[in-house]
Amino acid sequence: MSQDAKFLLSLYRTMLLIRQFEERVKFLFLEGSMPGTIHQYQGQEAVATGVCAALNAGDVITSTHRPHGHAIARGVGVEPMMHELFGKVTGCCHGKGGSMHIGDLEKGMVPAIAIVGGNVPIATGIALAFKMRKEKRVAVSFMGDGAINEGAFHEAVNMGAIWSLPVVYVIENNLYSASTPIAQTVKLKHLSDRSAGYGIPGVTVDGNDVLAVFEAAKTAVARARAGEGPTLLECVTYRITGHSRRDPCHYQPEAERKQALLKEPIGRFAKHLMAAGIAGQTALDGIRREVDAEIEASVKSAMAAADPKPEDALNDVFA
Amino acid sequence: MERKTIAEALRDGLREEMTRDERVFCIGEDIAIPGGWGGAFTVTLGLEKEFPERMINTPISEAGLFGAALGAAMMGMHPVADVQYGDFLLCAMDQIVDQIAKMRYMSGGRIKVPITMRAPVGATGRGAQHAQNLESIFFSVPGIKIVCPATAYDAKGLLKAAIRDENPVLIFEHKLLYGSKGARAESGAVDASSEIPEQDYIVPIGKGVVRREGTDVTVIGTLMMMHRALQAAEQLAGEGISVEVIDPRSLVPFDWELVEASVRKTGRAVVVEEGPRRGGVGAEIAAELAERVSDYLTAPVKRVASPDIPVPFSPPMEDFYRPDAARIVEAVRKIVS
Ligand SMILES: Cc1ncc(C[n+]2csc(CCOP(=O)(O)OP(=O)(O)O)c2C)c(N)n1
Ligand SMILES: [Mg+2]
Repeated sequence: MSQDAKFLLSLYRTMLLIRQFEERVKFLFLEGSMPGTIHQYQGQEAVATGVCAALNAGDVITSTHRPHGHAIARGVGVEPMMHELFGKVTGCCHGKGGSMHIGDLEKGMVPAIAIVGGNVPIATGIALAFKMRKEKRVAVSFMGDGAINEGAFHEAVNMGAIWSLPVVYVIENNLYSASTPIAQTVKLKHLSDRSAGYGIPGVTVDGNDVLAVFEAAKTAVARARAGEGPTLLECVTYRITGHSRRDPCHYQPEAERKQALLKEPIGRFAKHLMAAGIAGQTALDGIRREVDAEIEASVKSAMAAADPKPEDALNDVFA
Repeated sequence: MERKTIAEALRDGLREEMTRDERVFCIGEDIAIPGGWGGAFTVTLGLEKEFPERMINTPISEAGLFGAALGAAMMGMHPVADVQYGDFLLCAMDQIVDQIAKMRYMSGGRIKVPITMRAPVGATGRGAQHAQNLESIFFSVPGIKIVCPATAYDAKGLLKAAIRDENPVLIFEHKLLYGSKGARAESGAVDASSEIPEQDYIVPIGKGVVRREGTDVTVIGTLMMMHRALQAAEQLAGEGISVEVIDPRSLVPFDWELVEASVRKTGRAVVVEEGPRRGGVGAEIAAELAERVSDYLTAPVKRVASPDIPVPFSPPMEDFYRPDAARIVEAVRKIVS
């Protein structure tokens, strides 16, 4: 198999791992065996996968209340994630974080930040540290379309711009902030047009096309790494699951949902792989079995893992 | 009389006040979306159909929406601004603490700021940033009244009083007490529903209530902690300890008369709060009691509060964090013997 084919199949595998992880988690949550609340990533897999594929080992991402896809794409690992969702001491945040704060800085992901917009200045600061130390590393801030209306976004992107920091601001425009449609929150056609206000490049891509996302991210990351400053990258996508928990999504028009399902990124990429002769159905089925086995193993080990001791709550406040 | 949950009672209160007074309007995130949830906990569900012009659905912009509420209030409107989780008040801290709380004072009393602010609190399995009880932070800010309803009757009455008040009033509501239904139902919820009178009523801000009479010790708590205090009182009654449970309902102004009278009678007090202990509301109440009724105290005032840590996610740790009836019972036993 060519390097190229291997790479394409790895993108497919990552997207499918995210999808299957989320579907399994949704089931566990709804049946009541998983505690907490969840915001899921079904339908947006191409964004995290495409962007993270453009990163190097030392790069760092920041994430949102909807972080599972980012974590998987960044390589946090399904097992420590699943353990965290179950609140186990073996989870990536030792059970202190939960779904909305999943992450592992050693793997290049800051524990996710559930305050909308809150992660954007942090990514700016990470990039500032890289620049001050002359390290060729890049920071990426993932955010939803809703985050760009927080003051924190404005302050952070402007600082990234004036200091030419090695950072990429990625807007995942899934057309809704919680239940509120995008038409009620911004007047712009393309959210990337905001970039003009900061004097940095702005790009809008089809966020359900993993290769388009990857190419745009590669350019933005290369620019950042070369010291040329940030890019505002808008990836247009759609959330094909509830905003959180048991959300029935009655605010999404039926026709729009149906359309979105036709354009979801994984089926689309599978077709592309098959049409290009890179993989047949059997090969793709094989990947699916592998992915499912990995997830199942993580569920099993998470359910068997130890709960934290109640008084562990008192640890970790200070270094 | 009809039995209503807190979410329903608040919704009725908003509807009645908007009907009564054209100056009243709601402003917040996801509060007015057809097919949506009526805010994070269903309080405004359907109100956008009745008041399409006065349910202002905002982008995710807390500093902006609280500032806009202030501007509108200064022009004579009566906004009800809400956040989906109390934690997000922190995003609007400048507008709330430096602008809303001070505008009247800075103007030498020439400007009125009739703003109602609503914020859900309580640790509910969502991790550290959707969980905090921030009462103590705002408690120390001069210029904001604070109320904390534990029942549907009080929620509606205090909301109406807040909307009619000419000052900023912050209402803390508890996620597990709303009685939200359907997809927004909360696991671990406690029934706080009440019989609600047909006729208009308010619950005056600054007036507490005795929830259970007793003679040995006074337990003071709001929101969920009031319910936990009642549970503890029931259990302690079985051990022959008679607990008086006081629900202050308002933190600012505080009903000292009621609390002092009770502590003079019982000679002992336990102050309960869900937020962290250090610098808490309980610390203030305990200190005041020490000054006001020291001659009557037969035991030191006890505090029950959360440890001084962020709210942990994992259920065993979260349960350890949050005060419950058992911890109140333990505190009472320590001073009644
Ligand atoms: C500061 C802040 N305000 C409100 C919320 C509640 N909230 C959580 S997710 C969300 C919608 C976010 O929309 P968007 O940024 O588009 O991300 P998406 O959910 O679509 O992934 C809201 C309002 C929050 N978490 N933080
Ligand atoms: Mg969105």
